[in-house]
Amino acid sequence: MTTDEVLRVDGLTRRLDDGTALVDDVSFAIGRGEVVAVVGGSGAGKSSLLRLLNRLDEPTAGSVEVDGTDQSALRPSDLRRRVGMVPQTPRMFPGTVADNLRWAAAERGDRLGDDEIASLLERVRLSGYADREASSLSGGEAQRVSLARVLANRPEVLLLDEPTSALDEDTKGEVETTLRDLLSSGEVTCLVVTHDEAQARRLAGRALRMRDGRVVASGSVEEVLGR
Amino acid sequence: MITALFDNTWAVALTQAAAAVLLVVGVLLVARRYGVSMFGEATWAMARGFVQVVAVGSVLAVLLRGPVWTALPVLLGMFAAAASIAQRRARGIPGAYRLILGSLLIGAGGVIVVMAALGVLRWEIATLVPVGSMLLSNAMNACTQMLERLRSDIAAHRGDIEAKLALGGAPASCVAPYVESAVRASMIPQVNTMTALGIVFIPGLMSGMVLAGADPVQAAIYQFVVIAMILAAGGLTAMTAAVLVRSRFFTAADQLVVPAD
Repeated sequence: MTTDEVLRVDGLTRRLDDGTALVDDVSFAIGRGEVVAVVGGSGAGKSSLLRLLNRLDEPTAGSVEVDGTDQSALRPSDLRRRVGMVPQTPRMFPGTVADNLRWAAAERGDRLGDDEIASLLERVRLSGYADREASSLSGGEAQRVSLARVLANRPEVLLLDEPTSALDEDTKGEVETTLRDLLSSGEVTCLVVTHDEAQARRLAGRALRMRDGRVVASGSVEEVLGR
Repeated sequence: MITALFDNTWAVALTQAAAAVLLVVGVLLVARRYGVSMFGEATWAMARGFVQVVAVGSVLAVLLRGPVWTALPVLLGMFAAAASIAQRRARGIPGAYRLILGSLLIGAGGVIVVMAALGVLRWEIATLVPVGSMLLSNAMNACTQMLERLRSDIAAHRGDIEAKLALGGAPASCVAPYVESAVRASMIPQVNTMTALGIVFIPGLMSGMVLAGADPVQAAIYQFVVIAMILAAGGLTAMTAAVLVRSRFFTAADQLVVPAD
């Protein structure tokens, strides 16, 4: 793991029109190759934070820098490729698994080759699934295709929003194993939102605890979650 | 029977209207016996409808004797009224009135101009205004159906659209399936009309031409031409509105915004 910052968040805030703060003055930085867990109860602002980092929502105040460049200076589509987000509920696009993986590349006028498709599927433990209809996949398989679809963009930062919370107990394990393999390589910088503190310990080296939109604790996983 | 009672055509027309009113009153009285109380509402609607249609007929009686250029302000007024009515179905979409008016001018207006330039529509006010109104009213309906369908589809598929945006998708690509289905849905009534033409119903224009003594086959062909123009105007209006409106569902930073109902 290297220590150069790839993502810096400073005073990030998002308020609704009625003044309610979803995210309130949040600041932190992530080094390249780091895996940081964001923990907290329902309504703590964890998913809202990820939406701001992927710029699906606009902050009311504060800034986000990606590799030293302010988020607002980047084209939204470029930012979203560089800071890719896997949503809580996997959404499969019509067509095969390969069609799903090719979608983002086609959007930027590129085409993923069969070798790249095979390599991505291997990373998410779905080798041989390229020609399967995406609509026929189980929840766990769909979540892994959703992950591979983001990895196809080669993001500098991977945002995972409760990656296993929408899955049943049997498939949770499959997805978490895939994530542990992927994140332990040190090649992926990741911010993973989870309400499951045991999962945060297994996946991350550092943690942020959020409550009412604010970061109330940050540090190593042991410091934030206890031993 | 009524025509045998009077020599004066005005007396015949008014007696025919009175007979129709009596028929409706009879139906309303029967309905009231079954607990369906619509007497006040229906009589008000009839009175209002009678006054409106006679007023429009009187205006047309004057206009139809006027020069052809008077068709232009009349049609423009109808376009403005149609856009105003349609925008009520597009609540929350910024700039809806101008967007709908522009779509109607390109769709319905374009078809009227092209068909008049080709000589399919005669350059006379008696043709341009009534046929134009048919094209315009159908185009207005196609436009509102498309807008309502597109908004409800986008609201229902917010998660799918944001999943594509989050991958770096362009807003137009992310909503393309919903734009396509909204335009398709808006054209279904006109395609059904074309499919059923002459089998399920004989439209009013053709009936009127036959009653007025025109050759039935020629009347049928002209009816086909009008229905085809309605289909073209509706489709072009809906497609134009869809292309213009899709960007209104996104902010400058490509964030999805679904207008409230």
